[in-house]
Amino acid sequence: MAAPAASTPLALELKGISKAFGPVQANKDISISVRPGTIHGIIGENGAGKSTLMSILYGFYKADSGEIYIRGQKTNIPDSQAAIAAGIGMVFQHFKLVENFTVLENIILGAEDGALLRPSLAKARKTLKTLAEEYELNVDPDAMIEDLSVGHQQRVEILKALYRQADILILDEPTGVLTPAEADQLFRILDRLRKEGKTIILITHKLREIMEYTDTVSVMRRGQMTATVQTKDTSPEGLAELMVGRKVLLQVDKEPAKPGDEILKIEGLRVVDEAGVERVKGIDLTVRAGEIVGIAGVAGNGQSELLEVLGGFQDATGSVTVNGQELPLSGHGADGQARRAAGIAHVPEDRQKEGLIMEFSAWENSVFGYHHEPEYQNGILMDNKGILAKAADQMERFDVRPPHPHLAAKNFSGGNQQKIVVAREIERNPDVLLIGQPTRGVDIGAIEFIHQQIVNLRDQGKAILLVSVELEEVLSLADRVAVMFDGQIMGERNASETDEKELGLLMAGVTGETS
Amino acid sequence: MGKMPLWADAILVPLISLLLAAFFSAIVILGIGENPIEAFNLMVDGALKRSAGWGYTLYYTTNYIFTGLAVAVAFHARLFNIGGEGQAMIGGVGVALACLYIPWPHWSLAIVGASTAAALFGAAWAFIPAYLQAKRGSHIVITTIMFNYIAFSVLGYLLVEVLRPTGQMDPASASFPEATHLPNFHEMFAPEGSRMFRGAPANVTFFLSLLACVFVWVLIWKTRLGYDIRSFGFSETAAKYAGTSPVRITVIAMLISGALAGMMSVNTTLGESERLILNSTEGAGFVGIAVALMGRNHPIGILMAALLFGFLAQGGAELALWTDIPRELIVVIQALVILFTGALDNMVRMPLERLFLNFGRKENA
Amino acid sequence: MDFLTLLQVLDSSVRLAVPLLLACLAGLYSERAGIFDIGLEGKMLAAAFAAGAFAAVSGSVWVGLLAGIGASMILSLLHGVASITFRGNQLISGVAINMLAAGMTVLIAQDWFQQGGRTPSLLTEGRLNPINLPFADMFESIPLFGPTYSELVSGHSLIVYVAFAFVPLTWWILYRTRFGLRLRAVGENPASVDTAGVSVIRLRFTAVLICGALCGVAGAYLATGLQAGFIKDMTAGRGFIALAALIFAKWRPWYALWACLLFGLLQALAVRFQSIELAGIVIPVQLMEALPFILTVVILAGFVGRAIPPRAGGEPYVKER
Repeated sequence: MAAPAASTPLALELKGISKAFGPVQANKDISISVRPGTIHGIIGENGAGKSTLMSILYGFYKADSGEIYIRGQKTNIPDSQAAIAAGIGMVFQHFKLVENFTVLENIILGAEDGALLRPSLAKARKTLKTLAEEYELNVDPDAMIEDLSVGHQQRVEILKALYRQADILILDEPTGVLTPAEADQLFRILDRLRKEGKTIILITHKLREIMEYTDTVSVMRRGQMTATVQTKDTSPEGLAELMVGRKVLLQVDKEPAKPGDEILKIEGLRVVDEAGVERVKGIDLTVRAGEIVGIAGVAGNGQSELLEVLGGFQDATGSVTVNGQELPLSGHGADGQARRAAGIAHVPEDRQKEGLIMEFSAWENSVFGYHHEPEYQNGILMDNKGILAKAADQMERFDVRPPHPHLAAKNFSGGNQQKIVVAREIERNPDVLLIGQPTRGVDIGAIEFIHQQIVNLRDQGKAILLVSVELEEVLSLADRVAVMFDGQIMGERNASETDEKELGLLMAGVTGETS
Repeated sequence: MGKMPLWADAILVPLISLLLAAFFSAIVILGIGENPIEAFNLMVDGALKRSAGWGYTLYYTTNYIFTGLAVAVAFHARLFNIGGEGQAMIGGVGVALACLYIPWPHWSLAIVGASTAAALFGAAWAFIPAYLQAKRGSHIVITTIMFNYIAFSVLGYLLVEVLRPTGQMDPASASFPEATHLPNFHEMFAPEGSRMFRGAPANVTFFLSLLACVFVWVLIWKTRLGYDIRSFGFSETAAKYAGTSPVRITVIAMLISGALAGMMSVNTTLGESERLILNSTEGAGFVGIAVALMGRNHPIGILMAALLFGFLAQGGAELALWTDIPRELIVVIQALVILFTGALDNMVRMPLERLFLNFGRKENA
Repeated sequence: MDFLTLLQVLDSSVRLAVPLLLACLAGLYSERAGIFDIGLEGKMLAAAFAAGAFAAVSGSVWVGLLAGIGASMILSLLHGVASITFRGNQLISGVAINMLAAGMTVLIAQDWFQQGGRTPSLLTEGRLNPINLPFADMFESIPLFGPTYSELVSGHSLIVYVAFAFVPLTWWILYRTRFGLRLRAVGENPASVDTAGVSVIRLRFTAVLICGALCGVAGAYLATGLQAGFIKDMTAGRGFIALAALIFAKWRPWYALWACLLFGLLQALAVRFQSIELAGIVIPVQLMEALPFILTVVILAGFVGRAIPPRAGGEPYVKER
């Protein structure tokens, strides 16, 4: 198909969209226009309002004001049904699939042709075949969703949209859970769709994806659209500055590591989950005093289980020693309290579900996990006054805003919640610090602060094990990088001697002969 | 996002829910051809205007404090204990055994012994559902319901076949010895020759229930165990991270809950009937759910809610005595309170939150 | 036990299983859509009262049946408003509904009939009458098959046959129709249904109302089929036994049939052998009464094992940002 002339109507045009949730202005006077047959990127930090905007477009929320035009027609989108009818398809970050249904059942759900299933299923099977040929979107129609890889599940989501004849496809952070190879495949599919005249809106916070794959890009910051530019006329640095509103240091400022004795030593570690699946398949890893070892890998390759074992809430077999002391890996003595007593502190991957009790106040959270220790007791009661005083002081020093210890954790921003957790764990002066996804959902200002705290702890001679799915973060923060794939460590590299390309291959399970 | 001030959440929401429940109760009374205002006056007369009425009201209040606390402790661990009824029945068996087979020299020792037995038996009855929930994932709501029915059968069997004295017709145990008689309010507070509290069942156990309130308050908000229970209730995954064993907390919280429910029988079995009878719980285990919901799982709230329900129970009995309104009216009112303060909480809360939000916005502007 | 006694016990098992089966299938629709329902008991009770009362007043069992269904559906609507519209706690709502039914039935019964919270005994027209299947008399003389056919298969009321027909019907609806697909999806992952442009709220309300209707039939059967009129608390825990059967059946229609027949058999045995002394050991009547509940706990503790409830069950649906 030829490139559409400038006179063809815009595929999508938003005019002055605003949306407030109570006192929070999530979207403020946003306007975009997207030409058909292009990939339009929307980039912005967490909480910049990208998802809200797309939810308005998909009929999840009603905008307070503003207008939506689709193919030149003013369109009202009160619900998802209207969005689908207008030819909008959406691939959410968290897939909206029924896990114990087949691919085919998921495809027809909501788009059945009649009251009986049989004809609908037959028709869908045929359509699926043509779509697969047209766009290289191969999936087994009779497979259960729960048996498919994440990449294939995403394909089902795309197929769902195409089955409903969407010609505007919105993808929300589509590569967060994909390996670099799977991501490449996805972008090949998207390119194909673009060539067939479909319009694609790509929401992401990854500068690289914007630069490589989009035609135009809009930048959002604090609910507002700060710029819309042709991708070829901009640079990563320029976009980053537009996103954050100031110049950003993309590198962590640190001295070379001076590793000392072996502190944490892992040998032959294996984890089998409740369903009987082996998640960690024999890992050997050592972390020495004064170094940060980073674990890179796509989410779901055993990193979480590794942290859980070391943190004391997942059973395992094998051997783990701290300062030469063997740790029990199952049964009594293998819980979080025992681990803390052994000198391990742990900033967990999910601060909202693990690291904090969201309904507890900041001061109660400041001892969470340590609340059994004698220093917080006053006879048979807890020393609440003492805890409160310490918490207030800690919040001051770690720049938690607002510094109100009585405020419930859920009322702090993501970055400040993370500071509460980091403060609690670092203040214990542990021998080993486990830290998972230290900056997920954290604003850039807080990222710098948290990274600095981690480096400071390293320079005090502590052993630090970092797990992050953000490759950039691992590369800039860690001294040594181990890549996990399918429950195994594919290789270890010195951070200064490797790059994203080499690690990306390892993350996809390809062991090169580079070492 | 603090949507509402604390006082609104703790007082305004339950108050409005209560008014809604009262409104619909009035409609029900109208529906069966009675006058709700007259009925209410009759209830106030019978329950609050005479000392004997108070004596009954506080007797029921004592029951509801125990069962309300029982539900609340479990709620803090995010466990829904519908089994208070059964635990109280079995607690009564404990009281009866302690009083029939141990020769207590004085009531002050008897109440300690009976309380211990009641708590142990109640806790034991809660243990199996707790253990099954913790270890096998059997839904505790379902198992505690089943255990209510089983408890009723156990109690029936014991009263008919084991504890009933020969020659007696009704299914009940022998009367407890004289020495175990607990002082009632008449004996404790009435001046010589006064009729104050005369004939009313309120007894020294009321003060035991107040002690239980203090105990629960300290336990939940001032101790490590309470911290563990609350954090487990809010987030099981976080509790695991912290090193708290879900099995341990589930079992301990349910043991405490069952013990509190069991202790209700000290009031009914030792304090009032002075022998074990078949239907001494009278649905108090279920009322405890309403009490805990209204009292926002806080001992002070529970105390106030228990007073309200004590008043309703006594007032309802008066109504049944003087009018054609059956006692089941009280069950309806209790159901309405559970409905509005529990299940329809958001119906009251959401418009209120919006109101406060708009109000807050204007103030800021 | 001779053959005739066996047939009689089985026959009464079938009768006793019917209210369980109807309530169990009722719960299946609701819980498959993600709405837990411990208020089956209350809905049955309300239906039993309404059916008993209206059948007594009108003299027609069909008026009674309709009234029973109506009463039960009003309560299920309340459950829907609480747990779907206002996203309240489904268990607490169920408790409230059970208590509401327990109180209201006696209150209204006393107001209408002044018979101590029961409805007047129903005469023949107010009751469900047995239907004799064709050839029941003719086959009577054939050994084994004859009596089995005339005693066990024939001679039940219409609702019994309807209840059993509902098992394959429910299976077909669940697995072969668009409605069934959406119903199962909304109980597993309501977001998938919502993003596909189908209303989660409407689906769940439909499921809850079907649940109400079936509970209504179950309650009406209690008051007009199994017994002749409503008495206080006449459901006697059947709603909870049905709930247990539903769990035992892993939320599947055919398994539900077997579970309910088993529990029906237990009840029939309890009724039949109340005061019987077996081999010198007296089995207390209380043990027979408690047996269904004990078995349920045993089942819940052990054999259920891997029964996985609908994944979104009990959770109110909130649209994510």
